Amino acid sequence: MAGSGASPSFINNLGKIYGLYTGAFVGVTIVLGIMEQLGVPNETIGILFVALTIGVYALIGYISRTAQVAEYYVAGRVVPAFYNGMATGSDWMSAASFISMAGSLYLLGYGGLGFVLGWTGGYVLVATLLAPYLRKFGQFTVPDFLGARYGGHVPRVLGIIVLMSASFTYVVAQVFGVGLIASRLIGIPFDIAVYVGLLGILVCSMLGGMRAVTWTQVAQYIILIIAYLIPVVILSAQKTGIPLPQLMYGRALQEIAALEGKLGIARAHSAAFVDATGKFSMNEMINFLALVFCLMIGTASLPHILMRYFTTPSVREARKSVGWSIFFIFLLYFTAPAYAAFAKWEVYSNVIGQPIAQLPAWVAKWSEVAGLLTVKDLNGDGILQVGEITLNNDIIVLATPEIAGLPYVVSGLVAAGGLAAALSTADGLLLAIANALSHDVYYKMINPQASTKVRLIVARVILIGVAVAAAEVAKTKPAVIVSMVAWAFSLAAAGLFVPLVLGVWWKRTTSAGACAGMIAGFGICLFYLIGTQFYGMPLWWGIRNISCGLFGLPVAFIVTVVVSLMTPAPSKEMQDFIDSIRVPGGKVKHVEAVKVE
Amino acid sequence: MAQEKSLSKEQQAAYWRRTSTLMWTVLALWFFFGFVIHIFAPQLNNINIIGFPIGFWFAAQGSLVVFVVLCFWSSSAQNKIDEEFGVTED
Repeated sequence: MAGSGASPSFINNLGKIYGLYTGAFVGVTIVLGIMEQLGVPNETIGILFVALTIGVYALIGYISRTAQVAEYYVAGRVVPAFYNGMATGSDWMSAASFISMAGSLYLLGYGGLGFVLGWTGGYVLVATLLAPYLRKFGQFTVPDFLGARYGGHVPRVLGIIVLMSASFTYVVAQVFGVGLIASRLIGIPFDIAVYVGLLGILVCSMLGGMRAVTWTQVAQYIILIIAYLIPVVILSAQKTGIPLPQLMYGRALQEIAALEGKLGIARAHSAAFVDATGKFSMNEMINFLALVFCLMIGTASLPHILMRYFTTPSVREARKSVGWSIFFIFLLYFTAPAYAAFAKWEVYSNVIGQPIAQLPAWVAKWSEVAGLLTVKDLNGDGILQVGEITLNNDIIVLATPEIAGLPYVVSGLVAAGGLAAALSTADGLLLAIANALSHDVYYKMINPQASTKVRLIVARVILIGVAVAAAEVAKTKPAVIVSMVAWAFSLAAAGLFVPLVLGVWWKRTTSAGACAGMIAGFGICLFYLIGTQFYGMPLWWGIRNISCGLFGLPVAFIVTVVVSLMTPAPSKEMQDFIDSIRVPGGKVKHVEAVKVE
Repeated sequence: MAQEKSLSKEQQAAYWRRTSTLMWTVLALWFFFGFVIHIFAPQLNNINIIGFPIGFWFAAQGSLVVFVVLCFWSSSAQNKIDEEFGVTED
């Protein structure tokens, strides 16, 4: 297969291939479960899980190796909508979605739902405003589009700057996540686990670029969704008799509400926009909506997501694949609130109010792992009170198998799922960064005469360089980096959304307008972030800095429009180019200087 | 890939008008289910169906279902427009 395009037989048999793969994965899980019953130690089971799954990803990466530029950058544009949807799903859902989101929902109640809404709704914007037009445009990267639409290197470079600042912190957090999962659940030391993760990422992406990453991400999606659903489905069956957690957690919500009254908890789980005292707060409401807005716009601006829609065979498939993407993401996100509710029901009914000496086994087990769960008998009465237990975000998903009393193999499965989530997102991000550097900076700007061979060598060297840099930063365990991930959405939204969307939808947008808008929007966003985070600058209208895109986006929009109207309209050729990407059929009418592959 | 298909200026404009109308319709629905409905979450929470306070449910699941349906629906509606104007690929 190496060196040639994907064979038609491979594409036609995708259903069979991934069906077999899923069956094999379930089979292996059962075998590991039997081994556990026969007395194989937990640690061995955990290591086998990780080694086997990374081995499969590496194998897919090796089989998908390629020497063709279009295969390396856009998987040969043969990925059917359904599979591109799955690949986008795992590209999108990171360690934070898989491990931490349910925990945030547990801790924040309604307030945490901003993430659920914000991380799904953006796909509506991708589907209508961007994906089909970027696919029609048909080049390799998001900065490519900026370069072609606005002409010259300046817009391209600005695009790369925004892309790098949004994606690099994000990829560091993923490598960090891989290290945490491996070290917590399998007991590998963190520093080594980071490099194990790095290896897992590189074997997938280096030889085959986008092509390898695509087929690996599909495999990773299957593992992560199975791993996410199984524990909570079983827990729902145990608690309510029906294995449909997404439907049955209403009962858990009811129980929680009753127990909250009994335990005297002021801030109810499902109450909207309340402060710590349980009263309605306008500030909470504004911040909730602002966060949802920034996450949605950010979704539609993140290059590692947008570039997935370059890989479908047609514009029509690109549109349809956005539908499949959000569907596969939805499967996990609409389950997360159930995780949180069942866990809270368990904690309120079986943990709080119990004698500390007789707490359930899972509490004792997880309080041994540093920082995840702490129980402190503050008033010394031997009974656990509401304020005496602290839970970390990450504990909910990790502990659910034990809450349900499931064997260790299910915990191993969850670890494999978390790893798949972190690795697949890291792959996509790494490729987005490395491709921007190798394709946009090296090939388009430094050496346009480079041969295919040289281009692919440069692409791989940069990929390794970025990966090692990410691992080195992750090894220092930078707490601030992890919180900076959420900023990536605002930064991308402020810097990229306006030039991309107006580039398609408003012909009058000029190069000067787009560049000025990007600088102004991104600049305001960055200024607010750094000022409020590090220099004690007061918040504007009480908006938390995670939602700084709320200021950056309108500034970018207004500046782009005003400067565009002040500068001469784009040429007739440019207008023809825009017309040609607006319809699915026909050729793209590139403007003279823009090179076509 | 299809051969060069050229729409007349008027057809091109009509096509884009229809596409834009669809886009604004989708965005209006997106805005309603993404934001407007959640403003009323405290009031909607007084209604309770099989244990779910409805304000909570919309943010946790209801709006998500709408987003999924919206993506599939808008893509098929756009396909119909494309077919009508004969601008599909192949």
